Amino acid sequence: MKPRAGAKFLRYLLLVSFSLLVFLPITGLLLNAFRAPSEINLNPFAFPSQLSLENIRNAWTVGRFGIFFKNSVVVALVTVVASVFFSILTGYAFAVLPLPGKKWLYPLVLLGYMVPFEAAIIPLYNLMNTLSLRDSYWALILPQIGLSVSFGTLWMTSYFETIPQELIDSATMDGSNRWQTLWKILVPLSTPSLTTLVVLIFMWTWNEFLLALVMIQDESMRTLPVGLAFFQGRYTSNVPLLAAGALIVAVPTVLVYILFQRFFIRGLLGGAVKG
Amino acid sequence: MNRLRAYPGESKYQGLVYLLPGLAIYLVFTFWPVLQTVRTSFLNWEGLAPEKNFIGLANYLQVFTDDKFWLALSHNLIFIIFYCLIPIFIGLLLASLLGRYPLKGFTFFRTILFLPQVLSMVVIGVAWRWIFNPTFGPLNLLLRAIGLGSLARPWLGDFALALPAVGSVGTWVQYGFCMVLFLAGMQRISEEYYEAADLDGANAWQELLFITIPGLRAEIGVALITTIIAALRVFDLVFVTTRGGPGEATLVTGFLVYRSAFLQNRTGYAAAIATILTLIILALSLLVRRYQAGDAWSKT
Repeated sequence: MKPRAGAKFLRYLLLVSFSLLVFLPITGLLLNAFRAPSEINLNPFAFPSQLSLENIRNAWTVGRFGIFFKNSVVVALVTVVASVFFSILTGYAFAVLPLPGKKWLYPLVLLGYMVPFEAAIIPLYNLMNTLSLRDSYWALILPQIGLSVSFGTLWMTSYFETIPQELIDSATMDGSNRWQTLWKILVPLSTPSLTTLVVLIFMWTWNEFLLALVMIQDESMRTLPVGLAFFQGRYTSNVPLLAAGALIVAVPTVLVYILFQRFFIRGLLGGAVKG
Repeated sequence: MNRLRAYPGESKYQGLVYLLPGLAIYLVFTFWPVLQTVRTSFLNWEGLAPEKNFIGLANYLQVFTDDKFWLALSHNLIFIIFYCLIPIFIGLLLASLLGRYPLKGFTFFRTILFLPQVLSMVVIGVAWRWIFNPTFGPLNLLLRAIGLGSLARPWLGDFALALPAVGSVGTWVQYGFCMVLFLAGMQRISEEYYEAADLDGANAWQELLFITIPGLRAEIGVALITTIIAALRVFDLVFVTTRGGPGEATLVTGFLVYRSAFLQNRTGYAAAIATILTLIILALSLLVRRYQAGDAWSKT
């Protein structure tokens, strides 16, 4: 049928145009990272004639993105591991274990997931100042864990609540204690939920900006997003170098996204938008 | 529920042991600071000054009589158009055009449409600052190349255009999210409704209004609230693209909090703005909870 074929073409045309509109600005910038220094002044729409890694090398060493990268990796790794571990425990406590005061403790923990960092940043700054932790990884890691545990508790509690009680009871009957039941029965069952949690917390921590901007004055302690923001202030017109920096910031989250997108999209569509 | 009961011989406080490590970090590094912000908003606290007196609502009075606060808040409200209304409109339009029939290869397009959600706002800001650059930015180059050079502007440096320019970056970030959200929701709406409407001679507009929108009520609720919160929270993007300028053309409340607290040492005043912002966001977040499947608050 002719009209249906035309409609189908039109629908794909729409889908392709709106996807290109998302795709072009970002790849347009990032392609500049591979432009040889001799081709800096070429028209930005022209594809680089050869792929040069020189800008990325320069950003990594001269622009100190190598150091920022290491800082980001340390902060993200510690935050993700600690947050997920603590969230498994709190989720288990809320969903399965006997817990007095649960009625008011649960909303108390969830509150953190709904408030933005702006709500805590001023006292956090003073707190880290008092503890002499400014310009340290802890100034970034500890608040990130606090915020992530809040979301992680919500996430793990709602997952553990779906696990049938009979499963938990029969594990107990077989002689497993509470700790063993959690790690041998519940955690293996929740791999998809846990993967989503890991991916979301990784992305939020990697991209976090305000906390790192306020807490870190020492340039060698900066994380990637803050490093890039200040880098941009200095090299506004050196687009290839700036693009190389942006590429270094973007690649890890994009890789994780592409590898785990099923989990990722499910998390975000489930309303997991950090408040 | 019997699941929360202790087994015979087991401590009924057992859950507390599991709760403690996570709860302790949360209380010290998230919950307590939030309470402190509220407390600070009632204090006369000017940076290094040793005196921190309770001054009641004076900071709030100062905020509400300050033109800067209203200017910043009005910019946040304009951002709601760009972050929320336009993306939801685009999302609904596309979902209603694309959602009724299976789309081959949609997973591929979904990957791209979701991309801005995973990128650092700083990366996005750097990309758009390049695009908007007056001399070598692709936007102006493109306009000149197609003979519309008279429309070329210093987008982010123009008092009238900076706000919509930054706002349109928000549209760019959010519309893919809305589209995917709505398209996922449309899988739930039975095709029979559309067939019945077709038989009754309904046009596309009526189907959108009377089938698609009511069917997507929950998704629209989630999209509305999450994008409004994003519009109220804008900080990274403004910091990277304009720092609130030119003049104060793109000043937003998040930036005002940062500037007042960390660049001008007006701690009490900044805390008052942060508290107001938090209360608005908290109220909206509570709303989003009610839209989410498996309402967490009623589960306890």
